[in-house]
Amino acid sequence: MTPTYYLLLSALLFSLGAVGVLVRRNAIVVFMCVELMLNAVNLSLVTFARINGELDGQIMAFFVMVVAAAEVVVGLTIIMSIFRTRRSASVDDSNLLKY
Amino acid sequence: MGVTTFLAQADELRAPAVDYGAVAPVLIVLGAACASVLFEAFLSKSQRWIGQVVLALITLVASGTALAIYAGDAPEQGTLTLSGALAVDRPVLFLWATLLLLSFGSILLIADRSVEPGGAFVAEAGVRPGTVQDRAQAAKSGMQTEVFPLTLFALGGMMVFVAANDLLTMFIALEVLSLPLYLMCGLARRRRLLSQEAAVKYFLLGAFASAFFLYGVALLYGYAGSVKLADIAAAAAGTNRSDTLLFAGFGLLVVGLLFKASVGPFHAWTPDVYQGAPTPVTAFMAACTKVAAFGGILRVLGIAFEATEWEWRGVLWGVAIASMLIGAVLGLTQTDVKRMIAYSSVAHAGFLLVGSIALTPEGLSGTLFYLLAYGFTTLAAFGVVSLVRDADGEATHLSQWAGLAKRSPVVAGVFTFLLLALAGIPLTSGFIGKFVVFSAAVQDGMAPLVVVALVASAVAAFFYLRVIVLMYFSEPAPDGPTVSVPGAFTTVAITLGAVITLVLGLWPAFVLDWAGAGAFIS
Repeated sequence: MTPTYYLLLSALLFSLGAVGVLVRRNAIVVFMCVELMLNAVNLSLVTFARINGELDGQIMAFFVMVVAAAEVVVGLTIIMSIFRTRRSASVDDSNLLKY
Repeated sequence: MGVTTFLAQADELRAPAVDYGAVAPVLIVLGAACASVLFEAFLSKSQRWIGQVVLALITLVASGTALAIYAGDAPEQGTLTLSGALAVDRPVLFLWATLLLLSFGSILLIADRSVEPGGAFVAEAGVRPGTVQDRAQAAKSGMQTEVFPLTLFALGGMMVFVAANDLLTMFIALEVLSLPLYLMCGLARRRRLLSQEAAVKYFLLGAFASAFFLYGVALLYGYAGSVKLADIAAAAAGTNRSDTLLFAGFGLLVVGLLFKASVGPFHAWTPDVYQGAPTPVTAFMAACTKVAAFGGILRVLGIAFEATEWEWRGVLWGVAIASMLIGAVLGLTQTDVKRMIAYSSVAHAGFLLVGSIALTPEGLSGTLFYLLAYGFTTLAAFGVVSLVRDADGEATHLSQWAGLAKRSPVVAGVFTFLLLALAGIPLTSGFIGKFVVFSAAVQDGMAPLVVVALVASAVAAFFYLRVIVLMYFSEPAPDGPTVSVPGAFTTVAITLGAVITLVLGLWPAFVLDWAGAGAFIS
């Protein structure tokens, strides 16, 4: 099987994540879509590592996983705190700051 | 592969050589950030604030000293260390010095407890706003001192970001600088709903942008087979590989960088976050994040994409024009002083981008000078904003600033001077910064872009002057805000910013010499 298919799949997942960030309303779901984008990138990195026949891309995927985990910690903290205040995680309700 | 072959290979692995002298400033900041976390855990509540402030200030001084000692006999063309992951050259040393000076001012603003009793930060971030416990904690004099380790980690991330010589290091540094900032935005003592909303917006958009940056890194890795900037440059210079990967990767990477630098049209978060975040944090973001982001942009464009300059230059022309016009025109319509400075920062990001795409030694030194000058001016401006207060905290609506000069001539005078510097009036650092950046751009054949930039500066000057007119020629409202008398920390920070703005306006030559002392190494 050619590795190109994996690159296409990764591009597709990345686009799905990006569209999800733009159209979904719940902050948690938006955040999950960002995670989907990061994991799509991981698939790309691993595929390119395979194409190039080296390990750099796979090592980079590990770095990305660690960063994504750290991001989850910070993100859930922030989303939790605003959920406790507003009793809602909808990004449409956060509309005090505008213009 | 069998275990024995693996072990045989592992035996040959050598740890990369580390030039400790060169990276000492970063190591000191990151080490102190870790110590600062331990302070949180082991000091009693009453000792934390003083312990953290002393540690943070000592760290910055020590890091600055290490930097000065190293810069004294550093190799002229720079050095690569940590097997090429970090490049320490003259522009990086200049950016590190800028970042350390600016965060010294920011730490003073963050630590201040005289303007707002107890400081600008919430005492217990976990308490729900609007409850009985929240009103009880609002009366407390303590603050969430975790803000100090967060600041130090963010600063460490920024210093690595400007020195990163491969895209993976750059991505990690980007996250190390961003994640603490997301949290710091949500810690305001007053108007906690706005503050939390700013944190959510900044976090979601920031994570979205870093995903773009990362996909760009992956595509460039696929293109060049390496994420080192020099390897990407070599691959782009002469091969018949797929241009699709190169330019798709470039575009995604640059979107992530431009987002951090709040360049329009990727600026949507800037006004909301600047307005909602606690003012000292806004000052830190506006000054230091801008420096770090443009440091990264300069390095990426100057090393990795120098050979393909004529392919991407037109696109970044468009981005720079959009940024300058968005900042200048939308700035006109603002009624909140923090949002106004936010749009001004979008316009300034456009001017900085003009210098960054020049890719000449003059463009590099001009942009570095502009970053230093703009950082101090905006730091002092946010310091002044934190002084004008009424019963609800900071009075940021412009109508409340009417007649401020009659209540407090000194504060109004300083703010006028800073606004003139932002507008780029001669005798201020803003004028010299614009002059060197625009003349570098003209020399590099970008005269039409400079014309647009001059028009945008003229439009932007209008909204700065409007505030000055409002302060001097309007009658103060009877229930208007009062101007707090700042304590030592805020006074020092504002004075530092204003004095450097003036000195760089009068005698810019020595700083221009430092900024132009050398080129990037890769």
